Amino acid sequence: MTRKKRRLYVLLVAAVLLGGATALVIGAFRGNLVFFFSPTEIFEKSVEPGQRIRVGGLVEEDSVVHDADGLTVHFRVTDLSHAVMVTYRGILPSLFREGQGVVIQGRLDETAHFIADEVMAKHDENYMPPEVAEALKKSGQWKGDDE
Amino acid sequence: MNSRRLFFLLPVIVFGVLCAFFLRGLSLDPSTVPTALADKPVPFFDLPPLDDETIALASSDLVGEVALVNVFASWCLPCRVEHPLLMELAVTGKVALHGVNYKDKPEDARAWLDELGDPFLRIGADRDGRVGIDLGVYGVPETFVVDRTGRIRYKHVGPISQSDLEKYLLPLVEKLRQ
Amino acid sequence: MIVEIGHIALIMALAVALVQAVVPMIGASRGDGRLMALASTAAGIQWLFIVIAFLALMNAYITSDFSVFNVASNSHSAKPILYKIAGVWGNHEGSLVLWVLILATFGGAIVLFGGNLPPALRARVLSVQALIAVGFLSFSLFTSNPFQRVSPAPLDGNGLNPLLQDPGLAFHPPFLYLGYVGFSVAFAFAVAALIEGRVDAAWARWVRPWALIAWSFLTVGIALGSWWAYYELGWGGWWFWDPVENASFMPWLAGTALLHSAIVCEKRDALKAWTILLAIVAFSLSLLGTFLVRSGVLTSVHAFATDPARGVFILGFLVVVVGGSLALFAIRAPRLKAGGLFAPVSREGGIVLNNLLFSAAAATVLLGTLYPLFIDALGAGKVSVGPPYFNTVFVPLMSPLVVLAGIAPMLSWKRADLGGIVDRLKIIAALTALVLVWTVYQVWGNAVFGAFGIALSAWLASSVLLDWALRIRLFRASPLDSMRRAMRIPRAAYGMNFAHFGVALLVAGVTASSAWRTESLQVMREGESISVAGFEFLFHGVDRAEGPNYAVDRGHFTVTRGAKFTVELWPENRFYPVQQQPTTEAAIHTMWNADLYAVVGDPDGNGGWATRIYYNPLVPWIWLGALVMALGGAVSLSDRRHRVGAPKRSQSTPMPRHAAADIVR
Repeated sequence: MTRKKRRLYVLLVAAVLLGGATALVIGAFRGNLVFFFSPTEIFEKSVEPGQRIRVGGLVEEDSVVHDADGLTVHFRVTDLSHAVMVTYRGILPSLFREGQGVVIQGRLDETAHFIADEVMAKHDENYMPPEVAEALKKSGQWKGDDE
Repeated sequence: MNSRRLFFLLPVIVFGVLCAFFLRGLSLDPSTVPTALADKPVPFFDLPPLDDETIALASSDLVGEVALVNVFASWCLPCRVEHPLLMELAVTGKVALHGVNYKDKPEDARAWLDELGDPFLRIGADRDGRVGIDLGVYGVPETFVVDRTGRIRYKHVGPISQSDLEKYLLPLVEKLRQ
Repeated sequence: MIVEIGHIALIMALAVALVQAVVPMIGASRGDGRLMALASTAAGIQWLFIVIAFLALMNAYITSDFSVFNVASNSHSAKPILYKIAGVWGNHEGSLVLWVLILATFGGAIVLFGGNLPPALRARVLSVQALIAVGFLSFSLFTSNPFQRVSPAPLDGNGLNPLLQDPGLAFHPPFLYLGYVGFSVAFAFAVAALIEGRVDAAWARWVRPWALIAWSFLTVGIALGSWWAYYELGWGGWWFWDPVENASFMPWLAGTALLHSAIVCEKRDALKAWTILLAIVAFSLSLLGTFLVRSGVLTSVHAFATDPARGVFILGFLVVVVGGSLALFAIRAPRLKAGGLFAPVSREGGIVLNNLLFSAAAATVLLGTLYPLFIDALGAGKVSVGPPYFNTVFVPLMSPLVVLAGIAPMLSWKRADLGGIVDRLKIIAALTALVLVWTVYQVWGNAVFGAFGIALSAWLASSVLLDWALRIRLFRASPLDSMRRAMRIPRAAYGMNFAHFGVALLVAGVTASSAWRTESLQVMREGESISVAGFEFLFHGVDRAEGPNYAVDRGHFTVTRGAKFTVELWPENRFYPVQQQPTTEAAIHTMWNADLYAVVGDPDGNGGWATRIYYNPLVPWIWLGALVMALGGAVSLSDRRHRVGAPKRSQSTPMPRHAAADIVR
């Protein structure tokens, strides 16, 4: 076994692995990317019903309604110019509150109603109302051009 | 031997490309909470006063002259940091300064103002944070610049620093006056 | 006053680190013994200063000194003492102080245990370490000063995020940092070796224990984090492929590859450049994790409060440290003398394959983690890459690795005779098949993926056990003889067996808990009961009570199976008034083969409560497995030959003099 031959083997195996891994990655990306939309973007762009997406915004005040079964919840997520109706079945995260930021993941149905299968409330190491963390984070740097 | 060299260069090249993306990424804000009220009229609100010692604040009070509206709370640490600056500003009388007391207990807010001083002409008590939502507040402190027609022209997030005040807020106020 | 002393101590530490970064490096290149000796002294002084700074900050936390901004933001007088202390590193600024403390401690340990390192190598290693310390100390002092005062001081603090008020998470960061920072030692050795132009078996022997320490700590740290997520977030899952989790997982993958390749480097004097690269990459990924978590380029459910200025600083630091070391690698590594030859089927061959698979895994995790950033930077929208991507990619990469781990340890170095181990493989394959059939029989129906995973686990476990049994001639020699043999097996071999057995446990736990978890979501009223996976859960309702710094709604279940098995479960919903924030505490009953897991949600307004109950088979094996792996690291470390700093550089294999001269110049 010469040095050259050994290197050839290693390269060959590496190439096969690299090819395999790349194929895996591409395949996995194709099926599993979840795009992010704001309520306004949902309103303006046409999002395919059934496509898995994420929506972020604030839970609109007084919009949370529980169904009689105690498990299904309806609420609206707003970016202050548009809102999406959301239905979720399950236990909401403990940080979920009206007026707080949330990110929801799920699908739009034919009537542009959002069926969420995951509700994430933002939490942060900065204890207090998380918005303060936001303020701290931006202190000094943020120039407020609403971006 | 040259191709071998190229092999050893590969890691640093990959890293270089990554860094380019990171640099770009730093200038992007991945946060998702929207704040889209610039150049829009202040949403309607009519807040009760904090207590007997203060005057109430409503959106209609913001029409007629240029004003700063500062959203604050006694539990907010950065507010404490910017407060001396607001006190100075109030003394100079350069601009009308109003406060929105956000998600706070009136007695806590009163104790806080007694300790640090009260720079505000009017203070509306937004106890449940409803108005904060309408204003698109998602952090305290935030400070809005409202023009004579009652439109929001600028929002400053986080505590105001001396240079923010001198370089941006006050010049903007001057400009809006003209 | 004490706070100012802490601040000054941190500044002094920076000054000392600057000296330590520059002077010994010059000394080493000039061969000046006195300048080189300065490294050890400086490392000691630097450590002392940082200890002072750390204690000063801890004192501010314990005495609740709210005139310190950091304490006021993250602590509260009504907090239990454990969380006052843990609060020190429960935030960005304080965690940096812990980071530099650990870094300096590792530096001190190099001095303490590196007595027989060649002086030039030791000086260079300590100098590189100090360079890293300079970066982190300036980061702390210039962008995230933990000692900043606030005036006038508030009456009370804001408290630590209730989610973090938990024993599992209190100790999670220290272990994680011990892992991250531990890799800095391997990194420093790699850079020093590149500068020196000399990599040999002795070098690998010096690096291995440090890499082992780092790896073991990181394993425990990651396990603690995942355990915390499991019982605190209340979703019944234990790994979410969140960017923060990935940030700790990538260095682990690279570090595991490093552990293996360093063995080849030591035993066979091969894979030298590759081992160096892995040492650089493992630490670079640790730094990258820090950057990702603290700069805000990626969103995560549990990221630190972020700040672009900090991001710019860390990025600059990354460019210097990672870019610099990789550039050095590109220049110097091609000149390293290629080492021993080996056949494709050999222990070395197995480890090369292991390394390729681990690297591919690390790369795919990196790609998945950064993909949202790439897309965003290219202006193509905001996306998130969720667990499905990682699972799809990761499982096919890890499965052959587990198979390989069952075979490779039996292969001999240089050139292995496959025929010789076929007999053993037959036994292992037979055992695996047995387990496979049994599994399929047990869970007929949704068995394909699960049975496959259990078979993998059985393959590895039986291989490890068989290897051991054969070595001690179990049942062939007398029990006494077997015992003597068992005592004589080197600890390093035991370490490997433990670690691999831990992997087998982990694989079984991961597989079973993903494939056969039972979940039940419903509204329950007092006195109602529900059957989940053969267990009867009787709900007694919810009571209100007071904790030390929180109010709590405590649910109560009695779980029974048959007449013999009875367990009480008390899931909680806590509300922390200081932060106005609720947390969920799942109630978990751990058995040897499964967890019973109950969560109480919101009331429905008519006397019912939303409840969620999980039956998680084999889930405890995940953490048990991780613990056994880390234990394997510790056992291996206790091997005399591995003891930190024990080896001497052999005089029989020096680099050809002209080559060394050529490189050092």
